[in-house]
Amino acid sequence: MNVMMLLEMAQATFPDRRAFTDGSSGQSFTYQELFEAARMRAASVQASSATRLVKLDVSNLGTPLSLFTSAWAGVPFVPLNYRLTNDEIESLLTRVTPAYLVTQEDRIATLGAVADVSAITSGQFLDDSEHTTAIDGEWSMDPDDIAVLLFTSGTTGIPKAAVLRHKHLVSYILSSVEFAGADEEEAALVCVPPYHIAGIAAILSSVYSGRHVVQLPNFTADEWIRLAREHQITSAFVVPTMLARIIDALDNSDSAGMPHLKSLSYGGGKMPLSVIERAMVLFPEADFSNAYGLTETSSTIAVLGPEEHRTAKASTDDALRRRLVSVGCALPGVEIEIRDDGGNMLAPGERGEIYVRGEQVSGEYEGRGSVVDKEGWFPTRDAGSMDEDGYLFLEGRADDVIVRGGENLSPGEIEDLLLTHPTVADAAVVGIPDEQWGEGIAAAIVAKEGASIDVEELQAFVREHMRSSRVPQLIKEWDELPYNETGKLLRRVVKADLSG
Amino acid sequence: MGELKTGSRLKSAVCDGEVMVVLAPTGDIEVTCGGAPMAPSGTETERAEIDPDHAVAIVIGKRYISEDEALELLCVKGGEGSLAVAGQLLLQKDTKKLPKTD
Repeated sequence: MNVMMLLEMAQATFPDRRAFTDGSSGQSFTYQELFEAARMRAASVQASSATRLVKLDVSNLGTPLSLFTSAWAGVPFVPLNYRLTNDEIESLLTRVTPAYLVTQEDRIATLGAVADVSAITSGQFLDDSEHTTAIDGEWSMDPDDIAVLLFTSGTTGIPKAAVLRHKHLVSYILSSVEFAGADEEEAALVCVPPYHIAGIAAILSSVYSGRHVVQLPNFTADEWIRLAREHQITSAFVVPTMLARIIDALDNSDSAGMPHLKSLSYGGGKMPLSVIERAMVLFPEADFSNAYGLTETSSTIAVLGPEEHRTAKASTDDALRRRLVSVGCALPGVEIEIRDDGGNMLAPGERGEIYVRGEQVSGEYEGRGSVVDKEGWFPTRDAGSMDEDGYLFLEGRADDVIVRGGENLSPGEIEDLLLTHPTVADAAVVGIPDEQWGEGIAAAIVAKEGASIDVEELQAFVREHMRSSRVPQLIKEWDELPYNETGKLLRRVVKADLSG
Repeated sequence: MGELKTGSRLKSAVCDGEVMVVLAPTGDIEVTCGGAPMAPSGTETERAEIDPDHAVAIVIGKRYISEDEALELLCVKGGEGSLAVAGQLLLQKDTKKLPKTD
């Protein structure tokens, strides 16, 4: 089992189809060109004696090429976050040596000097004349070989390297993607960063389905709109903050003017109801899907599909309508349970920690081993609940739970309520130190344009709808909340500020 | 005949067909294609004649399972022979069409 096999099948079936196009340079690869290019680069990697292939650059043709090159050469692929500081990058790089590093030209001098790193520019990596020998033989089919090491985003501390083996990624693709299922004119616009699991999953599922990928290296709403129109994009994945910006950029339009866009999926963070409802109006031809997944689970484990979006939106039943903000049901081959702190399974509607099991679930970190239990269950550290029909609702990270006077409070629940107030555009609720209660509740609020925040009014609003223990004792108005580039709220930043 | 290893590849002796083992039962098992035993990919084998009762083509990208679902093979190269274990033809597994999410 090896992800190279997915590319081998694609290049055998549609060799001349366009596989990847770099949206900024316009350069393209067909499946066969990608396959042949990987064959040559794999020999270069082997000759270097490196045990990892590290990619530190924005998305370009070198991204899928380095993923498949690694798989062929039999070394893990390690995409690094180019937004980190130089010190952070160096400290991660030293954890994955000896490394064959593919990076931007201006980084070669410093990073090439790190011990046991042989560095090459992205341009050299793509240049055929630099790689003139073909690798001898096939790739390994050992399912336990490591395909990818992904440093988790580290919103909660020092980055851990999640281990994804070939068996995890191949299982995910086989159970969720139909081989050659895409028509030749289908094109996906990929704007998630290459060092994110969604970026890896996008490469593999597009290759296996035969869908042309257009890469957008640095997301801006205007560039996204331009590429979507120019390449007649048929499907795209965005994180909630991206969709919000796209909608803003399209504002005052009756329609997005993208009749080719048939599928718009989102995930990676909480989607505000107002944004998704507006998007469904602007993209009337598009099917909407909400995906929930983690690095440790090889991407998506639950999906809210297009039909469910429409049913929920059209419904007058509150319980059905609420499903629009759920992440849907578990994928085939994936099981999901909600458990309490003692590991006991909870009843529908009860809030606890999300556990997941399935062939695609890794749950392993380099140097720390696996956190999957004997029965194969992985504790996600995400908090959530499930309704009677198996629809999963996310309630933030389990670590974000506020313990006030012995009572466990979910910040997400309070945020959801605050967001329904007419003056509130965005809200973050965190626990702050409190002498009397252990932890108290604080909220950072972004006001809607033209509105102003009245602290007492908001406190009264929460008291009216929830138990008094949920009322924030401190409410501060912020211009905007801090999010990382994939739309995750940086709760620790809010917490640090409000605790001070 | 031998134990099948998940992730390993087998090739047909009667056609170009090749499969990858997705799921295998423990114990010895012999998979045939077109009526002739399959061999690990990369080994030299003699070409065999196709059994006309085992001549429904296998298709690249399709998955084939035994009736008890203990064995699952993914066709990675198409061919003219059908897959079988102990004379029993494997069944083509339906893939549930899922919404595109990445």
